[in-house]
Amino acid sequence: MSVAFQIVVCGSIVPDPLQTLEPVTGAGGPSLKNEMMLPAVLDPWAAHALYEAAHLAQANPGSKVWLVSLGPKAKLQQVMMTVAQKAPFELIALDGPAGGFTDPFQTADALAGAIEAIPGLDRSRLLIFGGWESASRGAGVTLQLVGERLGIADQFQGVDELKLDAGGSFEVLERIEGGQHQVSRCAGAPAVLGWATGNLPEPRNNPQVGMANMRAIMPALQKARPVKIDAGGVSFAKVALPKQQRETRIVKDSSPDEMAREIVAWITNA
Amino acid sequence: METILVLIHTEGGGRLARPALEAVALAKELAGDGFVAGIVGEDAGAAANQIAACGAARFLTVDGAEFSQPRYATDAAAAEALCRASGATLIIAPGTSRWSRALPGVAARLNGRVDTHATSVGIENGTPVITRWYYRQRMEGTLTRPQRPWIVLVEGGCAKAWPGAPGAASVEKVAVIPPAIRTEVTGVRAPRSDQQTIRPDADLLFVAGAGWTKPQADGKTHLAEAEQLILGFLNRTQASLGSSKSLVDLTGEGQAVLTFMTHLNQVGQTGSTPRHPKGLAACCHGEEPHVVGWRFINERRAINKDPNCGWARGKADVVYVADAFEVVAKVNALLDERMR
Repeated sequence: MSVAFQIVVCGSIVPDPLQTLEPVTGAGGPSLKNEMMLPAVLDPWAAHALYEAAHLAQANPGSKVWLVSLGPKAKLQQVMMTVAQKAPFELIALDGPAGGFTDPFQTADALAGAIEAIPGLDRSRLLIFGGWESASRGAGVTLQLVGERLGIADQFQGVDELKLDAGGSFEVLERIEGGQHQVSRCAGAPAVLGWATGNLPEPRNNPQVGMANMRAIMPALQKARPVKIDAGGVSFAKVALPKQQRETRIVKDSSPDEMAREIVAWITNA
Repeated sequence: METILVLIHTEGGGRLARPALEAVALAKELAGDGFVAGIVGEDAGAAANQIAACGAARFLTVDGAEFSQPRYATDAAAAEALCRASGATLIIAPGTSRWSRALPGVAARLNGRVDTHATSVGIENGTPVITRWYYRQRMEGTLTRPQRPWIVLVEGGCAKAWPGAPGAASVEKVAVIPPAIRTEVTGVRAPRSDQQTIRPDADLLFVAGAGWTKPQADGKTHLAEAEQLILGFLNRTQASLGSSKSLVDLTGEGQAVLTFMTHLNQVGQTGSTPRHPKGLAACCHGEEPHVVGWRFINERRAINKDPNCGWARGKADVVYVADAFEVVAKVNALLDERMR
């Protein structure tokens, strides 16, 4: 017997990982230089969570996936043009800053409020998904805060696998130290799962899914509720790029034998 | 004046692992004598004895069968109780997977705040100040905050472990009513013994890029040879194996690629940022994602056919412009000679 889950994926946008980032400090604290001009993508670990959610929903008829996303509305719209083609979901958009220097407590409050406002929300079938960390703040705390706000005490982080049993209980593999996985068995929903990479590849773009999604995504973006998020009282003394420039020695005229000898001497401290 | 609690947990058999001892040393450095030690987990009393001479004024413990498993519901309840019992304003904890899962929720219950991945904690003008990275190790921030209690999870390897001898600690047990338990930890799944993964204790990180799977000079791919060379190198050096995202993604998409490579090997934006004294990359291209993954590698060398690759632009100490298949084969042969 399959369970019709309500899967809510929390995930926002981050600058494309291939972009060069530079911090600037303004009146409101640090931010990224030309932040609104940078191409954005769905946060990579949140994207994995979305793909896992779609896979789980497909395997359990009657399940539904929501993507709750807090970010600047215009940037969200750009990113959704691509994300919408990957998997079926309903977008709940919140219009506010999504930068790395914002307060996760305020973010979690906004996300939890949006989740609680989902019509027909049934906590006995509710799974909260998201990336275990963002590629911006990278704190790995927001999902736990959302879970606390929703009163969910079964939480898992660094999830790579969710194996469902008949009846709705499931086994979870979480990343722990030393390249190992902790295996847990949970009685079932409600639960919070912060995903690492999981096991699924990125789905190919499917224009039909994209068109179906976009019919609801555009109205969702238009009625995105503005949310005020700031640094939460944090005082930044400094935000700076690390000094990473190294004097690189290019070795191109040596034979492979000479290179190998040099590498072995370096590895073995000879 | 802050009241400092160092919040740690035991491993199997009441043992304290290195990250816990690093947190103890950091608390002592911040507070001198007079901080509070809080310990959760199996045989927490024995763990208190392990750090009896650390200078803590109080040793608070929560133990019992329910609190031995790393599980959100029970860990959060135990940590919350210790924080309340200690009256701490600043809580230092190791950034282990167990605490990273549970302590953010504890901060919410205490109406406090939490910061994770701190790489240093200090006191400036009587105020705690931490440093941590943003945007996946691309920029470093130095910050403080007014809210209390403030929980700070410290990255492993950023402080020296407390080296003191064991003794007899005067332990105060804190009673906690276990919450309803719906999750059971059934075990730990380790990679197969012949499977190569990130090895945190290794001196060398070897990062294999997607170039290993590309057609070579003869126009054909040489996957079997690549596997043999990489595994041979790892077996000889006991290096940790990392990979670029592109190579791992190829594996996930079911293409014929390196069979031992999984997402657990991935370093960079959506992978790990391991700490090793040395790193050797072969057949890796791209710049920023690899730099992110290599942020905490002290000495970096790369083998690459393209001298203009991002690696050649101030990221590695040495770039060998050569065919990695050829060079790694010769490295393996030389390592064999040394072992004879």
